[in-house]
Amino acid sequence: MKATHIRAVRTRGGLSLRVDARAVTVVVLLVLVALAASVALIGTGDFPVSATDVVRTLTGNGTRIQEYIVRDLRLPRVLVGLLVGAALGLGGALFQSISRNPLGSPDVLGLGQGATAGALVVIVLFSGSATAVTLGALAGGLVTGFAIYLLAWRRGVHGYRLVLVGIGVSAMVTAVNGYLLTKADIVDAARAVVWMTGSLNGRDWTQVWPLLVLCAVLVPLVLVNARGLLMTEMGDDLSYALGVRVERVRMVLMVSAVLLTAGATAAVGPVGFVALTAPQLARRLTRSPGPNLVPAMCMGATLLIVADLVSQRAFGADQLPVGVVTGVLGGAYLLWLLVTERRAGRI
Amino acid sequence: MNRLSADNVTLAYDQRVIAERLSVEIPDNSFTVIVGPNACGKSTLLRALSRMLRPNEGRVLLDGQVIQSMPAKKVARTLGLLPQSSIAPDGITVGDLVGRGRYPHQGLLRQWSAEDERVVRESMARTGIGDLADRYVDELSGGQRQRVWIAMALAQQTPLLLLDEPTTYLDIQHQIDVLDLCADLHEEQGRTLVAVLHDLNHAARYATHLVALREGRVVAEGAPKEIVTAELVEEVFGLRCQVVDDPETGTPLVVPAARRARARGTAEKTEKAPETAGAGARGGAEVSESATGAS
Repeated sequence: MKATHIRAVRTRGGLSLRVDARAVTVVVLLVLVALAASVALIGTGDFPVSATDVVRTLTGNGTRIQEYIVRDLRLPRVLVGLLVGAALGLGGALFQSISRNPLGSPDVLGLGQGATAGALVVIVLFSGSATAVTLGALAGGLVTGFAIYLLAWRRGVHGYRLVLVGIGVSAMVTAVNGYLLTKADIVDAARAVVWMTGSLNGRDWTQVWPLLVLCAVLVPLVLVNARGLLMTEMGDDLSYALGVRVERVRMVLMVSAVLLTAGATAAVGPVGFVALTAPQLARRLTRSPGPNLVPAMCMGATLLIVADLVSQRAFGADQLPVGVVTGVLGGAYLLWLLVTERRAGRI
Repeated sequence: MNRLSADNVTLAYDQRVIAERLSVEIPDNSFTVIVGPNACGKSTLLRALSRMLRPNEGRVLLDGQVIQSMPAKKVARTLGLLPQSSIAPDGITVGDLVGRGRYPHQGLLRQWSAEDERVVRESMARTGIGDLADRYVDELSGGQRQRVWIAMALAQQTPLLLLDEPTTYLDIQHQIDVLDLCADLHEEQGRTLVAVLHDLNHAARYATHLVALREGRVVAEGAPKEIVTAELVEEVFGLRCQVVDDPETGTPLVVPAARRARARGTAEKTEKAPETAGAGARGGAEVSESATGAS
């Protein structure tokens, strides 16, 4: 595949945009798959709704019972899934690009574990409400993210240092989580374990709005800085020489990635491996160098929704948390990645 | 007033001071080459001149302004840098990589103008890689790859271009190739070039202005013909040598003294050189040994 699929779109006013035809196709296809899976997912459950009825209800022409089931019960759950998947995909792509390493994703760096620690503290020590758990998880993720950033920072953040520091932090936080679980009584422990697998069950509009606001602010911010990020993949010196304010770009994007990941994790618990796999899969589909932010974001949303659909269809409504499915799929993918990278001599 | 200069700069990495109160002027339209032994601060000076390194004291001036106070993209449209090591992203094509040199001329709504396309095509033609546009950078030889990076720096269209050891890791033919290209770029458009080079003979042959550094100080600067002498080489590099005229170009050619002569010189200066002197005295082995000794 050569660079011939990149086109420039120009207007007479001097505007010009770079368009990668292949990446656009990938994004469009992913969005279509995500929409189809969403419709199927909304129709799935104890009270099945056909796809045409789902679409009719969403456009405001359903019966009252359909309205209730689709709009109040299942649509927010699907929206949470799409937003969380998108946030994880984008956050993962940012982390992987900044660390220049596919392993530099939030799963490996311990952001999920950090959020879990925050949630566990609230559940085990304070028996807090669901909202308190969400806030605790958000705080845990943010604290862990900034701790990793500070520990890895020495005249700039560099790939391997970030990954190694992240793995160290992750191990420590996992130990803390294990300790908290042993301290918990049986009710709290059961609640904690459910939270820790990552699940879309019972998500409603109160989770949708904060996630939507988070994405609405951060996605544009990230995309504005994406061109600078593309340059930093060639090394700090060269990107400085090209006029990129490397540390500022990296700082903005790192903070955004931490917020996206922590927000997503706070909403549904640590859904494993989406952040790791989505950017890699997107990259293999677009075959384009660079962080592939938008394709990774769409891939994350599609992956999560499809994984949830699989778990709902195969195991029955609300039986298997989506985190289990993404964990199995992502784990298999990670092994495959390690084996092929090893064969290519890069690990 | 020259466009680029370092004014009394003190350069340090953390606590390790590399140069103190160093002042260097880069003459406009010159091909300036900075030479000196390892760790003399030549790359550090280049980093300071290209604002990679902020001086602890003093300032680097570009067009009369302190370089750090200027907008990043504005500097990048005036001064280009070819760093010693850059990473070609996986699976990138030559055309795409050279195109990235246009970054300082682009913006969110001006991502790929017709001008960008023309400049990229010209830069590739100029560096002799016009027909490689669709090839992957990973597939290229070291010499071709260096041309790609130079093309990228050209696409930046800067009147000043800084090169940090552009010939390192290349074989002799590609070294000369790259230096010829630099000389052309300098002569054709009056571009100011500043390069750090390891090879003193290359420096003397190609530079119009030479800056010799030792331990963070300028020992001599000027046209190679005027400043390159046996005394200077000994002072800067601690190497006994003869300086003769290059039979091809008439520029100074540094010929290191034979091993025996250098050994004698060392023995005179320091008392501790018995094994060197001894080895040199073993007549028969001398030819092969001096070959290894020259590296």
